[in-house]
Amino acid sequence: MPRLLIALAALVLAAAVHAADAPLTAAEPELEKQMLRISAELRCLVCQNQTIADSNADLAVDLRNQVRDMLRQGQSQQQIIDYMTARYGDFVLYRPPIKGTTFLLWFGPTALMVAGLVTLVLVLRRRSRLGAEHFDPEEPEDTDADKRSTDTAR
Amino acid sequence: MKRWQFLAPLALFGVLLAFLGAGLSLNPREVPSPLIGKPAPAFELARLDDPAQKISHADLQGQVWILNVWASWCAACREEHPLLVEFSRRSPVPLYGLNYKDKRDDGLAWLRRFGDPYTASLHDFEGRVGLDFGVYGVPETFVIDKQGVVRFKQIGPVTPEVLRDRIEPLLKQLNA
Repeated sequence: MPRLLIALAALVLAAAVHAADAPLTAAEPELEKQMLRISAELRCLVCQNQTIADSNADLAVDLRNQVRDMLRQGQSQQQIIDYMTARYGDFVLYRPPIKGTTFLLWFGPTALMVAGLVTLVLVLRRRSRLGAEHFDPEEPEDTDADKRSTDTAR
Repeated sequence: MKRWQFLAPLALFGVLLAFLGAGLSLNPREVPSPLIGKPAPAFELARLDDPAQKISHADLQGQVWILNVWASWCAACREEHPLLVEFSRRSPVPLYGLNYKDKRDDGLAWLRRFGDPYTASLHDFEGRVGLDFGVYGVPETFVIDKQGVVRFKQIGPVTPEVLRDRIEPLLKQLNA
């Protein structure tokens, strides 16, 4: 029982510690919203599949602070994104820009799909023009096998 | 010609495999730095061992130098440290440390314990200069040329191979 109490007390304390962080966010809700929107566009370089908005890594916290400071200085979203790419490269962007080196990334999948569809259509059209003699006749053994299997099923 | 057509999908598959294979051999943690070939960011920081004395990028202009980002809380820094200590004895260029987001006392104690290979260490407590250098994983090492342009960046610990095959030849070439 005392152990349970201690555990509960620890939980309550932990909640209190978290609560201490909260006012910072609440003080400037507009700024915070804007900061989170921009951060959601930026990749955390330490935990690469998370955005800076999602991550709690030290670096992400620093970069969020940086975004917040820059917003306070009245910088635009584009200015902030430019600032980040100047330091960390396009990799920091969750949506890579369309340019020469990312062309394949953006349009490769579509090109592959179109190529596949074209091939499929070509093959199907060629086949539909072929006479019946180009295809294997249905084999009588097969139909027998079918019948047998239905027989046993019954 | 027709006879070999059935091999086309296999060939395509081969190409795809080659791409995927190349992708596997890349290290996703190594983000190419946009700073390579660009002027190193401007900075002015206090020395770690003497807060009253400041060092700025202008002080280092006109020489080839190495910047090594380190911190006492960084475990991987300890890994490369003996190599840096050894290299500093025969290094043809000054080796500056950037003590990144570290408490001054912790940093100084770390240097006393493991040896100090640095010409001087800059104290970047807030990590602002680190941010300008695009630091995201300590340790990182930069080679900066006489014009103040970043020529090389190593992310993660410097290994004897990187030092021998990349950094030292580059220093020789830049100092020539």
